[in-house]
Amino acid sequence: MTTIDSLAPTTPDSTPDGGEVGKVQSGWRLALREFASSKLAVAGFVVLILLILFCFVGPVFYHSDQLNSNLLLTDLPPGQGNPLGTDGNGFDVLGRLMKGGQTSLEIGLFAALIATVIGTLWGAIAGLAGGIVDAAMMRVVDVLLSIPFLFVVLIVSVRFSSNVTSLSIILGVFSWLIPARLVRGEVLTLRVRDFVSAARVMGATRSRLITRHLIPNALGTVIVNITFQVADAILALSALGFLGFGVQYPGTDWGDQLYDGAGNLNNGYWWLIYPVGILLILTVMACNLIGDALRDALDVRLRRR
Amino acid sequence: MRTGYLIRRLGTAILVLIGVVLVTFIMLHVIAPSPGRAALGLRATPEQVAAYNLANGYDRPLIVQFFSYLGQVVHGNLGWSYSLNQSVVSLLKEKAPLSAFLSGASTVLAILIAIPLGIYQAVKRNSVGDNVATAVAFTLYSMPVFLLGLILIDIFALSLGWVNANVGQDQSLSGALAHFTDLILPIVSLTAVAVASYSRYQRSAALDVMAQDYIKVARAKGLAERLVLTRHLVRNSALPMITLIGLSIPILLAGNLLIEGVFNINGLGLLFFKSLGSEDYNVLIGYTLVGAVLTVLGNLVADIALTAADPRIRLV
Repeated sequence: MTTIDSLAPTTPDSTPDGGEVGKVQSGWRLALREFASSKLAVAGFVVLILLILFCFVGPVFYHSDQLNSNLLLTDLPPGQGNPLGTDGNGFDVLGRLMKGGQTSLEIGLFAALIATVIGTLWGAIAGLAGGIVDAAMMRVVDVLLSIPFLFVVLIVSVRFSSNVTSLSIILGVFSWLIPARLVRGEVLTLRVRDFVSAARVMGATRSRLITRHLIPNALGTVIVNITFQVADAILALSALGFLGFGVQYPGTDWGDQLYDGAGNLNNGYWWLIYPVGILLILTVMACNLIGDALRDALDVRLRRR
Repeated sequence: MRTGYLIRRLGTAILVLIGVVLVTFIMLHVIAPSPGRAALGLRATPEQVAAYNLANGYDRPLIVQFFSYLGQVVHGNLGWSYSLNQSVVSLLKEKAPLSAFLSGASTVLAILIAIPLGIYQAVKRNSVGDNVATAVAFTLYSMPVFLLGLILIDIFALSLGWVNANVGQDQSLSGALAHFTDLILPIVSLTAVAVASYSRYQRSAALDVMAQDYIKVARAKGLAERLVLTRHLVRNSALPMITLIGLSIPILLAGNLLIEGVFNINGLGLLFFKSLGSEDYNVLIGYTLVGAVLTVLGNLVADIALTAADPRIRLV
């Protein structure tokens, strides 16, 4: 409920005197404070850091042979020497989770970055150009957005060898559409703002307008979107891996491990499904939590001060 | 004003459809540049392949080939599946009813659950019920649908033994419905994931509406809370869901593909999956094209329905 008090003009004694001006903080710092005050966001952040440490630093402390399969030790239940058992090739599952996590996280991040760079440029150019160029560029986005993402990615990945680079490129190149739309929307509102007009009047070139004024101001939206892109790319990669088009043997990703687990579900080999499933859910959930909190933190209207 | 909007919207849709056909044409040519090789197999000599490509017009300039492809598509011809020796359209027609039933049933169920759930969560926001529902939805939202399917199989089919883990290989809808219990888990998986995303939208849409002045006015004039909810909140907040459902067709198709893979259901998704293995690009790209056309039409229908249902849009 809006009270009468808050609508009343500010009384003179509430204006700060000169000494308080120094306390004004930048928007980014305020956003960071807002982010840190959200318990779920901090939890998501901590979980993500732990997952990254587990996947990338874990193998330094926990040694397991992930290159030579051992067909004498296949599908062992968790026990001595193999805390999470072994898989159908005799690989230690705990070590396998770390290795699969590395590729899943790397591909998720790279794909998100590729998508964001393409989408940001596309959206910024369309929004700034306006008119027929904008309309044409946005129809291209409409067309590509209509084509089911997973289908295209699967068809393309049949043709190309599946390593971290190729999968990152495939996933990134086909998922820049949402960032393009978001950035265009931002640019459309920003380009009529006074500081952009001022820069233009001062003779700023178009590329300077884009790189120095529009992109930095649309950055909040872009950063929020990166976290969701990472989550989506990790999910999409898990689907590719699950259908057999993920990282090639002896490399692995979490989807590929779920595929192995699915084939052994009838045998009751739960350790091939649940550990990797939980890691996958935790990773995606952490990214989504961080994204939600960042969105709230950067949205000035939602900020409580 | 309103017909003007509809005509413009229709024009965009047609433009986008032509663009979609262009993209699938390019995909076909980049991924499967020599149809002769696909048709005649690996043992054919290069001369035979060249002769086939010449006889079927695959050596003409690309622009000519595009228009002949566009003509074929308009006439409902999506090419031939060389691995299954059947036309792509007849294959898709055979498999479509079962997949349409799975997607349709799960979408209807998801809407029926998500709208009341989202509104309940918004009205009772930050209550225990809202927090539990948000947490469950968030978990499901962060989970690939096939993983949910696997967990459900493990619990309900393998541990409890209530249903079969695999669905019978009947590809006809009536045959599959004869073993309806087998379809419960796939439908539950698809529904749960859809409810997770729909209810999040519905909750925030309802929260937006609850902050509007007309809700305050309705309350201030003494309208019973029940009427405020049904007349003002439900109508205004559930309408945008129409657009969301139109937009979610690609996700629906992807979910269908994964779930049919997990449960071995003999529908479109499994056809696509098997065609990936046999590199049957006419089937793969034909189905992709059909999916894209469905998406464009879904969005068009959603926009038109929303225009019809929501008087505010007529002013645009």
